[in-house]
Amino acid sequence: MQEPFGHFAYLVTVVLMVAGLFIVIARGNLIKKLIGLSIFQTSVYLLYIVPGKLIGGTAPILSPQYSVYSNPLPHVLILTAIVVGVATLALGLALAVRIREDYGSIEEDEITALDNQAAKHEETRA
Amino acid sequence: MVALVIAMVFLRNLLSVVVLSGIYSFLMATVLVALDAVDVAMTEAAVGAGVSTVLLLGALHLCRTDEARPAHKPWLPLAVSVSTAALLIYGAMGLPEFSDTQSAIHHHVVPRYLQNEVDVPNVVTAVLASFRGYDTLGETTVVFTAGAGIIALLRRRQRNGTGDARGQ
Repeated sequence: MQEPFGHFAYLVTVVLMVAGLFIVIARGNLIKKLIGLSIFQTSVYLLYIVPGKLIGGTAPILSPQYSVYSNPLPHVLILTAIVVGVATLALGLALAVRIREDYGSIEEDEITALDNQAAKHEETRA
Repeated sequence: MVALVIAMVFLRNLLSVVVLSGIYSFLMATVLVALDAVDVAMTEAAVGAGVSTVLLLGALHLCRTDEARPAHKPWLPLAVSVSTAALLIYGAMGLPEFSDTQSAIHHHVVPRYLQNEVDVPNVVTAVLASFRGYDTLGETTVVFTAGAGIIALLRRRQRNGTGDARGQ
């Protein structure tokens, strides 16, 4: 028989993940999309860290007073993921800024409309 | 935290969304402390709440701060998200329970990591720099590539003499 809250942390993770996914798919603004992507990433941090925790354990810094530690391996992986995440965020924002300079907009719909207009213009000239 | 994220889904003013995402990062860092992941929490507070927020604010300074009203109703994305959630919850039910000492991740290489082979009391540092040093090398490569990409993207702008440079 499993206890009722045994999987509660995973439910929170899933909710955060889906909220991020929804922002990425449904919102047209490029910066909003990037924020959604970072929410998605933080939910993955939670997904990795949660199974490593042991109730009654402490942070994995060795000391003679303690014998139970949480699992250090996911911490290392997520440390790497956080830094990579901010690097991708910065790159995405740089792209958004460049797009904004060329198109004057960071809304996906407006950019598509501008692209279609330009294509029609080309056709009429040719 | 969940309420905060839901507010972020619906708010259309990007500035408030950015501020909320900073708060969200700090909350996440607190949760990580509660889960005994102190190194991760520190990085998340510094990088997630600090650097990301600064980068986002910098980008907002260069762009418009209001999001356009969506042109069509988001039923399809909603359906996709909800079905993904259902699948994920179904999968999560198969995972080991919270704080299960018998689960596989506590028995593979981790007991060896905890034996203090490299004489550094902080196990996370030991694993990061010694056991998994190549991972860290790969990470620095990714960060370097991202930095190079940003410089390549924003350099043309500077030559045109428009606006301030957003350094990496």
